[in-house]
Amino acid sequence: MKEYDLVVIGGGPAGLAAAAAAHEAGLRDILILERDNELGGILNQCIHNGFGLHTFKEELTGPEYAGRYIEKVEQLGIPYKLNTMVLDLAADKTVTAMNRQDGLFQLHPKAVVLAMGCRERPRGALNIPGCRPAGIFTAGTAQRLVNMEGYLPGRKVVILGSGDIGLIMARRMTLEGAKVQVVAELMPYSGGLKRNIVQCLDDYGIPLKLSHTVIDIQGKKRVEGITLAAVDDKGRPIPGTEEQYDCDTLLLSCGLIPENELSRAAGVELSPVTSGPTVNESLETSIPGVFAAGNVLHVHDLVDYVSEEAGAAGRHAAQYIAAGCTEAAWRTLPVSCQNGVRYTVPSAIRPDAAGETITLRFRVGNVYKNKKIAVYAGDACIFSRKRPVLAPGEMETVQLKTALLKEHPEAAGITVTLEEA
Amino acid sequence: MVDIVIIGAGVSGCAIARELSRYRAKVLVLERDEDVCCGTTKANSAIVHAGYDAAHGSLMARLNVEGSRLMPALAKELDFSYEQNGSLVVMLDEADRPTLNALYQNGVANGVEGLRIVERDELVKMEPNISDEAIAALYAPTGAIVCPFGLTYALAENAAKNGVEFRFDTEVTGLSPIEGGWRVATSAGDFEARVVVNAAGVFADALHNMVSEDKMTIIPRRGDYFLLDHSAAGHVHSTIFQLPGKYGKGVLVAPTVHGNILVGPTAIDIEDKESTATTQSGLDEVRTKSSLAVKNLPLRQTITSFCGLRAHEVRHEFFIGEVKPGFVDCAGIESPGLSSAPAIGKMAAGIVQGILNLAEDPAFDPTRKGILDPKTLDPEAHAALIKQNPAYGTVICRCETVTEGEIIDAIHRVPGARSVDGVKRRTRAGMGRCQGGFCSPRVMEILARELGIDQSEVTKAGAGSGLIVGVNKDSI
Amino acid sequence: MEKIDLICIGCPLGCPVSVTMENGEVREVTGNTCKRGDAYARKEVTDPTRIVTSTVRVKGGRLAMVSVKTASDIPKGRIFDCVKALQAVELAAPVKIGQVVLPNVAGTGVAVVATKNVPAK
Repeated sequence: MKEYDLVVIGGGPAGLAAAAAAHEAGLRDILILERDNELGGILNQCIHNGFGLHTFKEELTGPEYAGRYIEKVEQLGIPYKLNTMVLDLAADKTVTAMNRQDGLFQLHPKAVVLAMGCRERPRGALNIPGCRPAGIFTAGTAQRLVNMEGYLPGRKVVILGSGDIGLIMARRMTLEGAKVQVVAELMPYSGGLKRNIVQCLDDYGIPLKLSHTVIDIQGKKRVEGITLAAVDDKGRPIPGTEEQYDCDTLLLSCGLIPENELSRAAGVELSPVTSGPTVNESLETSIPGVFAAGNVLHVHDLVDYVSEEAGAAGRHAAQYIAAGCTEAAWRTLPVSCQNGVRYTVPSAIRPDAAGETITLRFRVGNVYKNKKIAVYAGDACIFSRKRPVLAPGEMETVQLKTALLKEHPEAAGITVTLEEA
Repeated sequence: MVDIVIIGAGVSGCAIARELSRYRAKVLVLERDEDVCCGTTKANSAIVHAGYDAAHGSLMARLNVEGSRLMPALAKELDFSYEQNGSLVVMLDEADRPTLNALYQNGVANGVEGLRIVERDELVKMEPNISDEAIAALYAPTGAIVCPFGLTYALAENAAKNGVEFRFDTEVTGLSPIEGGWRVATSAGDFEARVVVNAAGVFADALHNMVSEDKMTIIPRRGDYFLLDHSAAGHVHSTIFQLPGKYGKGVLVAPTVHGNILVGPTAIDIEDKESTATTQSGLDEVRTKSSLAVKNLPLRQTITSFCGLRAHEVRHEFFIGEVKPGFVDCAGIESPGLSSAPAIGKMAAGIVQGILNLAEDPAFDPTRKGILDPKTLDPEAHAALIKQNPAYGTVICRCETVTEGEIIDAIHRVPGARSVDGVKRRTRAGMGRCQGGFCSPRVMEILARELGIDQSEVTKAGAGSGLIVGVNKDSI
Repeated sequence: MEKIDLICIGCPLGCPVSVTMENGEVREVTGNTCKRGDAYARKEVTDPTRIVTSTVRVKGGRLAMVSVKTASDIPKGRIFDCVKALQAVELAAPVKIGQVVLPNVAGTGVAVVATKNVPAK
């Protein structure tokens, strides 16, 4: 088996952008390993529009957005293997993978980009009591069946969870002939983008019930109904608020979990908040030469930012290889979170390794109004921006000027916080 | 007329079928569900109990100890997952010492080998995550874990290999004595048999009561469970029980042979024999009780919760015997029924043999190979397998690394998988942390292709459980 | 004067936009952060339109379905007509991104185009 300098695990939007960026940064020996039968990842089933405004300045559908990157990878001549499952990643970056043509094989790249994406939280992990009949699908599974295979998984639908995939599927199922009765959300706010509530629910008169959850599922063979109830501020069902819905299908859109089984096996340090690797400003994990980007790192709302982040990871991987796979012992500043900031990516910054700006992405833990995002180097404020509304469903992005950071050599760390505006 | 009809393809029915397949006899197994292993057998603690618990002198005690002794050799012969991980019954209150001692004495009387009481120091060494309240425990080195699906499929496949016929989607609706045997009326027509064996699990009382004046009452006793992800593996090594309370064995925490952690069950008597719905209160009870004997249990790693029904006969005993000429009960098979299955099979088959005086079949083959798991091969053999059959190079279930080759094998076995759940129980595809989110459409595709049916006809678990209700825009 | 509150769907920001109407005419748009928001709001209160995305069947392709969209937005009230018009459409593989699937869908003057390449089997 031919060896490669860089192996990109995953051929979705993150993997494609990482590989293309690494190539553009001068690296030639790149291989993409993709477990599905085509490149593009989950975008292939996201047939709705709304992608690419940031990257391409036009509104594309998921397959079109993926198509642009696939074309780029093809043009650059970056090789890829489809239907190829990576079975193991070792701490020394040995990649063990398998497919029909090559059988079981190992690669020993100089660097790896983790771009495995995420998976949906299943019913079992939600602890919804009741029966376990056919007709309970995660929104993404239903999306695949409808959009790629042309099969309707149900006709009378209740959706639990107002994540973007759930909202999008409410519209998709409606337009394919199903009746979506209600979207219920456990939290007092939606987990999805506001525009999706407008164009996927409001447009079709589908009610969104916040602070509601499914407390029972009926039906022995196929779903026959569900019971919905309002929940209190601790998420506990309130007796007396039960409502019965007759339906044949329950779709779940209750959160995404980065797929880091390979990272864990390799010994990559993971964040308990994001379930993704902890990375520095170069998107490098705790294992030098192993980079991460996209939903495997932290769950994004917008693919444009996935591409941007993955491009950075690809460039840094190329730089790492160009520098002879060694790194200087640069000063490292940990990034800590305060006042509702749940996490940041990166979680550590080496000012001397950074370019002119450092992109810091984070999410908040609640809905906040009229706040100010503030970033401190030690005690010195190096960034601040007013935000009328911050919500857990919407990722925040901050560009730090590296020069400002370097003005504070005394700082032992960086703090990202919310303050009164 | 066939020689023997066995009603029920759970672990008991399959164990009996396999034992009877040693003889020259026409054996028919009738199952109301679409597959073997669909009732009590599919949702239980997956434990081979050592045998200290059942009351000394009971049939339960005798068959449990015998079953537990037979299991290791059977696991080799029939190639299913079994692991002797030992079990601990943990005492949390010094006041319970007499109960612990009595349990020990009962176990010794039952003939359980290697039993001893371990005190806290040793207990903590054995199980670092044992509760801070744990004072002592009864240790049974012969306690074990097994894959209940694996065991049952192994028995069924071996029985089928030796000539037993399985009929699924066949529900028995009536039994009447005829000359030299019984007429068995079913949803799929009538059958006649010289001997009928009633191994119908929670429904065994209904069949028994059709033929006997001496009535039997089986109460479905519900047990709710949590299954934790592989990432929780190693939290406990042995099967951890709490010292028994009023309702059976309480909540246990046990590793599974597949590297998960199983927590449960509750013991809630219900009326509906088909209601395997979990309830909030049941799950809450498991959550609360699980922390009593084991600390820091990562319940956040739950990948699924489920519940099963135990066939609890009000007298809490196994009823195995000929209750009418040619009608053999195998009823009241609740815990430790799975543990006892090999012994139950032998006992019930022995009774049938006593009635029919069957001749041994010299062609009987006692061995069976399970579905090949390529992960168990060394790299060279693994590579050779993929070269020979590329389907073993395509991973379908990412979470459990199950290949297309394994799924195809599962579908073409006899009895083979006909539904997504059938594939799942045989291969573990869909059994992992994403619970089939990614692989179920692929499994549906493979099932449709291999069974020669349309994908829209593929079910989750048999008739009425279709996964697809139509095609896009078919009703607009 | 009438005030209508909207959420702009022009981009993921989802700005809350207020439109002041008088005699059926837009007097003022506030709350938008960009021109796109202004345009969206004016249109939404007078002639709301949407891009429609859907699927149509493909014969002989590596996939059974190809994703499609309206090449530009169509009146909101015509969404179901558009979907209905796609019901009977079946394409032959290969299908190319941008390929016209249905010109002038449901008389809207807008074409439906493929959004994915589906190679032949």
